[in-house]
Amino acid sequence: MVSIDPTRILLVEDDPNDVELVQMAFDGHSFVNPLDVVTDGAQALEYLHGERDEPSAQPLPRLVLLDLKLPKVSGIEVLRTIRNHPLTRHLVVVVMTSSAESRDLDICYQLGVNSYIVKPLDFQQFLEVSRQVGFYWMMLNQVPLFERK
Amino acid sequence: MATLASRLLVVEDDPYDVELFRLALESYPFGSQLDIVGDGEQALVYLLGQDKEPPPRSLPRMVLLDLKLPKMDGLQVLEAIRKHPRTRHLTVVVMTSSEEEADLQACYALGVNSYVVKPLDFRQFQETAQQVGQYWMQLNHPAQ
Repeated sequence: MVSIDPTRILLVEDDPNDVELVQMAFDGHSFVNPLDVVTDGAQALEYLHGERDEPSAQPLPRLVLLDLKLPKVSGIEVLRTIRNHPLTRHLVVVVMTSSAESRDLDICYQLGVNSYIVKPLDFQQFLEVSRQVGFYWMMLNQVPLFERK
Repeated sequence: MATLASRLLVVEDDPYDVELFRLALESYPFGSQLDIVGDGEQALVYLLGQDKEPPPRSLPRMVLLDLKLPKMDGLQVLEAIRKHPRTRHLTVVVMTSSEEEADLQACYALGVNSYVVKPLDFRQFQETAQQVGQYWMQLNHPAQ
């Protein structure tokens, strides 16, 4: 069993502008206390599952915000690995991507994503959508205290 | 998976909660259409049909599912939805008064999209229902 930290969000995003916008959107809201940012898929898996045989020491985040187009390991592969790993099988994963392609949508739902959000191009809208996504998953949605193996 | 953009299925046996859902979601600026069934068996007939009869309607955009239901409980309904090819990727949000760890674990293990606890206060209940409706009917892109 591994515990879940109800204040923690993992943001997996390689575009520094998008990282900044999400940080701005969450700024001043009580629902997030560390926003942890990693910029490629390999780092995301390391964060969640640990390095090689060393299990990760930190509790799991309440929410993973996952971009699809990522260096090293793609968002689809990150999602697949999360769902295949006993520690993270039921973790809340929300894809936030610029892709509205039905192929990406289909694969994500087949792999068991919780929700799929298309990033608005307009930055004000992006801020508003990010804020709503953060509020929903950190304030309204409930997760278990523990993830069972 | 053919869905109608503005229709929700509410699976709820408590008439008081049904009324609160109606007030929260039908009057909402986006005018969601609510179909309501009062037990788990009716929910599956609505979604999957019965005795080789096809379901009466196309799939809703999402299902709001209570856990404590007559005939067949919410967990069994969720399990059946996730097993059937027609509804495997349908958005299911559990809205329940239960905050029990066992219910949370079970719902996530069965592949629920989201789990929301009903607030006791009726104003907060409506506000929460609207926020849930807004998120899933407007922001989220459902499976096609």
